Amino acid sequence: MDPILNIQNLYKNYGSVEILKDINVSIDPGDFLVLVGPSGCGKSTLLNCIAGLEPITSGRLDIGGQDMTDVSPKDRDIAMVFQSYALYPTMTVAKNITFGMKVRGVDAATQEAKLNEVAKQLQMEQLLQRRPGQLSGGQRQRVAMGRALVRDPKLFLFDEPLSNLDAKLRVEMRTEIKKLHQTLGASMVYVTHDQIEAMTLATKIVVMRGGVIQQIGTPAEIYNRPANMFVADFMGSPAMNLIPAKAQSNGEGSKIEIARDGHAPIVLHDTKNRDLPENVVLGLRPEDIAEPGYRSGQYVQKAECHVDIVEPAGADTFVVMQLGGKHVTARLHSDTDAQAGQSHPLAFDFSKVSYFEPNTGQRLN
Amino acid sequence: MTDLSMTTPQNPSKTGSNLRKIALRWGLYLILGVFVLYYVMPLYVMITTSLKSLEEIRTGSLMALPRDVTFDAWATAWSGACTGIQCEGLKPYFWNSVLMAVPAVALSTFLGAMNGYVIAQWNFKGANLIFSLMLFGCFIPFQVVLLPMARMLGLMGLAGSIPGLIFVHVIYGIGFTTLFFRNYYVTIPQDLVKAAKVDGAGFIRIFWSIFLPLSLPIIVVTVIWQFTQVWNDFLFGVSFSQAGTQPVTVALNNIVNSTTGVKEYNVDMAAAIIAALPTLFVYIVAGKYFIRGLTAGSVKG
Repeated sequence: MDPILNIQNLYKNYGSVEILKDINVSIDPGDFLVLVGPSGCGKSTLLNCIAGLEPITSGRLDIGGQDMTDVSPKDRDIAMVFQSYALYPTMTVAKNITFGMKVRGVDAATQEAKLNEVAKQLQMEQLLQRRPGQLSGGQRQRVAMGRALVRDPKLFLFDEPLSNLDAKLRVEMRTEIKKLHQTLGASMVYVTHDQIEAMTLATKIVVMRGGVIQQIGTPAEIYNRPANMFVADFMGSPAMNLIPAKAQSNGEGSKIEIARDGHAPIVLHDTKNRDLPENVVLGLRPEDIAEPGYRSGQYVQKAECHVDIVEPAGADTFVVMQLGGKHVTARLHSDTDAQAGQSHPLAFDFSKVSYFEPNTGQRLN
Repeated sequence: MTDLSMTTPQNPSKTGSNLRKIALRWGLYLILGVFVLYYVMPLYVMITTSLKSLEEIRTGSLMALPRDVTFDAWATAWSGACTGIQCEGLKPYFWNSVLMAVPAVALSTFLGAMNGYVIAQWNFKGANLIFSLMLFGCFIPFQVVLLPMARMLGLMGLAGSIPGLIFVHVIYGIGFTTLFFRNYYVTIPQDLVKAAKVDGAGFIRIFWSIFLPLSLPIIVVTVIWQFTQVWNDFLFGVSFSQAGTQPVTVALNNIVNSTTGVKEYNVDMAAAIIAALPTLFVYIVAGKYFIRGLTAGSVKG
């Protein structure tokens, strides 16, 4: 199967400032690609480059197997949903949705039929004669989606479409977008700074920082095997614990020693055979530090830890302690008897452990 | 207890401050009233004088209401007053002004809208420089351009004609109209243009279908501004016209200044009011949009 979108060696400069550096991404038909990263990482610029709204400095961009590098946006067969929705303020909802077809000279009957189909799909038949100013945020969002859907393009582009909605509506619309993707089977590129949106929606995630791609992978790959400390820290909430440690590897496994203030160091044994340097950063997700008994298996190590803070969060209780000079969060059950200022036994699950090189931040295992 | 001790001594001072408030309020009204009188007085004198006969003007007081209301002076001013040797009144010149002002206002407004749209929404290299140069055009005094403009009009074969005057006013107006529209369009999010581009619309289509329908308030502002400027202009009118193409302001001057013998104050007053009526009319019809449009542009811009 040919990739629906293929970006090769894309560079984008504004004057002498490099915004995007050597971007290589390709997605298959039906993929949901999420571009995620902190603000200023170039993800929106990349989306604008894909749309053709920003010219690229060098590189090549194919959509649907055709070279689109220098093609204008209207001929790329794409549809885009903007963060600000960008609805045409003086037109009714119906006119907003059919504007693209009108410009392209689609006959009135087809326009009408398509409009009704989309209105039904998004449940907004009663809104068609209103103007954008008379709609709520969620309804405007829907109209913006409708304007994209009605076009039936090769590629959908979303530029942070949910970030102007309140928290509850955002979750609802997220589910709706996911449903839409599943029923349409369309190819989508979605920009967000919200790593939860990225995890829940994507079939493929691109994590970016400073105009450079940090990692490309499925949500599970990104979550479980982050390529460097930036990705490890950025994806997941609470963030992955990154604990400086000393490692001693022999043929049968590694001894991991974590220093503590005012207490003896914790010594853990990773029983997998790895070749680790002396100084490493140990990466463990909060859920991989649990209460003994809930986790078992050959990779689980137990240790007594001094608890600093207990944060009940309903379903879970987060426990914060000081390890290797860093705050380390453990995810415990809500009925835990851990108390601040006291020692508590914890189990460290090494089955999904990550090791990073402290200076470069790159993954070691 | 603390509440009581806090509130009781406040009462006398409260009535005191109330009195002061009322005094202030009435003082304000008084000052405003004086200003109103000051501004209304000339209009009052003009209207009453224009309705009197010459006989009455000579014998009566300037401030008195007319004893016998007569519209003779108005009729004379419109179609009988003499400018030099011709005695056709203001009528032909009034139409000259209409023929000049309407196209000049329409053209300069349209060009300003186009310029503003390009400068605000289509980022191109040097956009800011071009905008600054256009702004500079707003501040060039009329007198400076008289001679070069006369030469230009001569070369273009438009000297002494109404199209020539239209040309001058359009050129001189573009700076202001561009400023108005640019400042208005800058407040419109750029995503709108992007969305329309993705939808397949081009430069003209986006302007026509999306930006123009949004522009009513700023169009009203620009039209009022330009109409007032063009209609009231005297210098260009007197410099670049000839007998038969003079605008109403020039004709008014001629009526008032070129009569000999007894000054017909009632005719002069009526003529002045006639010459000012169109701008007055535009303000009254569109005045509330004018205020609204000015603030809409400035608050966000």
